Amino acid sequence: MSFINYSSREINCKIVYYGPGLCGKTTNLQYVYAKTNPDAKGKMISLATETERTLFFDFLPLSLGEIRGFKTRFHLYTVPGQVFYDASRKLILKGVDGVVFVADSQIERMEANLESVENLRVNLAEQGYDLNRIPYVVQYNKRDLPNIASVDELRRLLNPKGVPEYQAVAPTGVGVFDTLKAVAKLVLTELKRGG
Amino acid sequence: MNSGLVMYEEEFRLIAGICDRLTRDANAKVVFLVDKNGQLIASSGQAQHLDTTSLASLTAGNVAAMGGLAKLIGEKEFPNQFHEGEKESLHMSIVGGRVVLVVIFDAKSSLGLVRLRVKKAGEELAKVFEVLARKQAAPGAASPFAEITDDDIDNLFSE
Repeated sequence: MSFINYSSREINCKIVYYGPGLCGKTTNLQYVYAKTNPDAKGKMISLATETERTLFFDFLPLSLGEIRGFKTRFHLYTVPGQVFYDASRKLILKGVDGVVFVADSQIERMEANLESVENLRVNLAEQGYDLNRIPYVVQYNKRDLPNIASVDELRRLLNPKGVPEYQAVAPTGVGVFDTLKAVAKLVLTELKRGG
Repeated sequence: MNSGLVMYEEEFRLIAGICDRLTRDANAKVVFLVDKNGQLIASSGQAQHLDTTSLASLTAGNVAAMGGLAKLIGEKEFPNQFHEGEKESLHMSIVGGRVVLVVIFDAKSSLGLVRLRVKKAGEELAKVFEVLARKQAAPGAASPFAEITDDDIDNLFSE
C-alpha cells in the first residue's frame, strides 16, 4: 500500500519478491544492493536462519529519483520460500503494491513453482488482492543451469496471462534490474490510475 | 484496488507536534510513528543516529508477527508491547488500528511513565488519522499522481 507524503514530498511503495524455496529471491535483492549507488539505498536487512535460509524476510529500501518533485522510494521485500513458512509469507504481503514471481527454471523445480504461484494467488486473495489485477511480473531465473525448462514451457505453466516476463541469472545480475524496473513501472502506472 | 496512506502538510504538522511532545513528556530518547506496512511516518528526538527506515520495516514485521500469534490464541491483537534491553528499552503501541507508535527510552524514564504518556498521545494521534481517512475517502480526492505521464515514469528509468 503506497504512502504518499505531501509534507516530505515522498512516495513510498512496497514490492514483494515471491517464489519457491531457493529460487533466488534473496540473490535478486543482494545483486540490486551490490550494484546500487550508496546514496540511493539504505541498509539491507536479512532475517535468515544460521544456514542462510530466509526466516522472515529480506528488506532493501531503494530511491529511484524524482517524479514531479516527489522522491520515489521502493521498499523491496522477499518472502521465505520454504513451504512451512506460509504464515510469515501472508504477513509480508500486507500492503503490497507490486509482486515479482521468481521462478526456478530447473525442470525438477516445476512442481514447486506451480505450488508457489498458487500459494501466492491464495495468500493475495486473503489480503483482498487479485493476482490478475495487481502489478505483477515473472522472472525465469537460473537460465545458466543445464537442466532447465524452455521459456515457452515456463510461460505456459506459470504465466498464462502474459504479464511482463524476464529471463535471469540472478548471481551475475542478468535480468535483475530489468525485472525490478518493469514492476516499478507497473506500480507507478497503477498509482497514476489512482489504484 | 487499494488506496494507500496519504499524508498532508497540515496533519503531518499535528502528528510531528504530538510526537515531539511525547518525547519530552515521556523523557524518551526517540519516538517514531510507523505505518503497519512498514513506512516511516514521523520521528522525533535523537533519531538522526538511527537507521529509521530499517527500524520502521522491522517494527512492522514484529507487529505483524505478534498479530499473527495473537490470532492463533484467539486474541484480536496485542495492542501494546514492551521490550526491555540492558540500557535501552522499546515500547510499541498500535494506534487507531493502523499505525504503530514506538518509544525508545533509557533509565531516565520508566515503563510506567511511557505507558501513561503513550496512552494520551495515542488518543490524539488516532483522531488525526481519522481526519486523514475522511479526507482520503472524500469525493473529489483524486489520485495526486493522476497528472503524471508515461514519459515521467519512463524518465525515471532512463540513465
